[in-house]
Amino acid sequence: MTDDSNAAPESTIETAIRENDPALITYITAGDPSLEDTKRYVEALDRGGADLIELGLPFSEPVAEGATIQAAINRALDAGTTPEGFFELVDDLETEAPLLVMTYYNMILQYGSEPDVRPFVERAAEAGLSGIIVPDLPAEEADPLREACDDHGLDLVFIVAPTTEGERLETIMSQVSGFAYVQARLGTTGARADVSTATHESLERLSEYDVPKAVGFGVSEGDHAAEIIEAGADGVIVGSALIDIVADSDDPEADLEAKAEELKRGAVRGAESLTVDAEDTPEPEQP
Amino acid sequence: MSTSDPEHNRERDSEATFGDYGGQYVPEALMPALQELEDAYERYVLENEDGFMDEFRERMRDFGGRPTPLQRADRLSERYDREIYLKREDLVHGGAHKLNNALGQVLLAKYMGKERIIAETGAGQHGTATAMAAAHLDMPCEIYMGRTDVNRQRPNVYRMRMNGAEVNPVEAGSGTLKEAINETFRDWATTVETTHYVIGSVVGPHPFPKLVRDFQAVIGREAREQIREKAGHLPDSVVACAGGGSNTMGTFHEFVSDEDVDLYAVEAGGSSLEIDAEEGLAPNSATLSTGTDGVLHGAMTKLLQSEEGQIMESHSVSAGLDYAGVGPELSYLAETGRVTPVSVDDEAALNGFHRLSRLEGIIPALESSHALGYLEESHDELGDLVVVNVSGRGDKDLETVLEETEKRDLEAAPDVEVFDG
Ligand SMILES: Cc1ncc(COP(=O)(O)O)c(C=O)c1O
Repeated sequence: MTDDSNAAPESTIETAIRENDPALITYITAGDPSLEDTKRYVEALDRGGADLIELGLPFSEPVAEGATIQAAINRALDAGTTPEGFFELVDDLETEAPLLVMTYYNMILQYGSEPDVRPFVERAAEAGLSGIIVPDLPAEEADPLREACDDHGLDLVFIVAPTTEGERLETIMSQVSGFAYVQARLGTTGARADVSTATHESLERLSEYDVPKAVGFGVSEGDHAAEIIEAGADGVIVGSALIDIVADSDDPEADLEAKAEELKRGAVRGAESLTVDAEDTPEPEQP
Repeated sequence: MSTSDPEHNRERDSEATFGDYGGQYVPEALMPALQELEDAYERYVLENEDGFMDEFRERMRDFGGRPTPLQRADRLSERYDREIYLKREDLVHGGAHKLNNALGQVLLAKYMGKERIIAETGAGQHGTATAMAAAHLDMPCEIYMGRTDVNRQRPNVYRMRMNGAEVNPVEAGSGTLKEAINETFRDWATTVETTHYVIGSVVGPHPFPKLVRDFQAVIGREAREQIREKAGHLPDSVVACAGGGSNTMGTFHEFVSDEDVDLYAVEAGGSSLEIDAEEGLAPNSATLSTGTDGVLHGAMTKLLQSEEGQIMESHSVSAGLDYAGVGPELSYLAETGRVTPVSVDDEAALNGFHRLSRLEGIIPALESSHALGYLEESHDELGDLVVVNVSGRGDKDLETVLEETEKRDLEAAPDVEVFDG
């Protein structure tokens, strides 16, 4: 059932989530609109209370992305963002929150001179990244990357979708590294106005697994964060709502910091109402 | 640390891949649907459960017009001093081989209990075939098509709408096939529980490359029997154009184990085989000939990509060949030497188009014209008996051909300037 084989040294990412539970995980695309800007934005998110920061390394065919992040990726590619530029940005960053890279599999394969995942992972480790998320790499294809990540102490974070059930869920949960990325709804990334019922159902399905769970896809407000944490998540993941600020705000740094604060406050509120509930009801209904 | 047992993994790998190519590089949300499709593929297609394949064949006969003829091309045979036979897929309902796959998959979706069909299209040939099949089998259908393609392939947009399909223009990127595929995957990731994605070529994640190949394999199965009947023996070579490679694999599949039959996949050489790395542009679609290994649209295959892994914009005068990837099985067969990838440029394809129109009274699709262009350039290596797949008819291409012909001094072209007179 739960996985005890994670006797490996505790991961930076898992620690960051457990120690900051309820954790705020933020995503922005590196190079949108330039790598210099990204550096300042990441620092603003760090100040605002992000506990983990995902940085997108742009790929020309982002099939898992909705319109908002697609546009961010296009801006980053138009600005000439390269993998090497990305790693140099990470070299320069000194954040309290650990950093993860989110990118598509082909970008990882092509980093060296031959199609091979190792050069990318080595460089990621050297730059100080703590983990990798690959939206087009299901567990079935992940062995080479997982082995390379294990060798370099990086987490390879897997996504659990609303359609992930039965044996596949077991397999993925037994391989969780860092945290389980719980996809809140079917479809692509993008800010939404509500928290889907799929979120509640997924968290219910995962409640028996003792691994950190963070929910993403559609989270945009502090109230969503509160609701998701209340539903049993250990963290919330926010991307498109932050990209909107990057794209539209007159003062992205200030607004990103404020948005991170709002989201973190929401998450904490959700956690508090859980403890209050627990105190109010001496015999909580735990499944 | 991994719980998966290696024996099981190897078994799965050999099913999902062709050598190092293929696989299932898709978002997690789609994996259960691919497994469901694998299961349906095995039961209905491979094992003919519930008489699926019987119904498919019957519908391809009555609705689709199969079998198509294998015709001796008298004047081409004379011109090249060898026996040239044409497999006439241009005579399939809709005017291209595309219906073989579209009808197969829409029917399969029905057997699987799916309620809705989606598909991408580039030139509009796969979209029109899917729209026809969906109308024929009474399934709601939505087609994604890049904005550029919508604008340059109007007649096909109207045909799809006539058949009741919704056409959704895709504004992203260069507005061509690659973007249309991205957007169809996004729809599918949202609607996967009720919807089947009818992918248009032997590309995408397993099991699509095998599924599409098996629906298209009727081309080679018929051709192999027909040539033995007409010529008394197997051909020395078989020639087909290759974009994603569905007419190619469909024609080749039955011949792959006939080791004395040479297989030529003719790619679009565009205006040049050189790439513009700075701009991320390949002025061709010669993926097998010039591409490098990588992952696109769910499969490990040959790609036109930058050193950093960004996918390039491809080009061909023929919209149906204009794609930066190619089916993983073709990558494998090219890598192992079983298939010989070659290319002809826009100009040779246009000449091939005009030549077949004038000499044989058949107006071929610009895609198929690449295979015909190759005959002119390299017939000597093809042997005495040659089968060429005419994957589609060229009615859809007349405007492009007039435009492109006016720009050039083509040896085989009529004087198109007087056409409007
Ligand atoms: C007539 C015709 N031939 C060939 C192709 C190329 O596709 P494939 O390489 O999958 O056969 C197309 C695609 O639109 C087509 O319409």
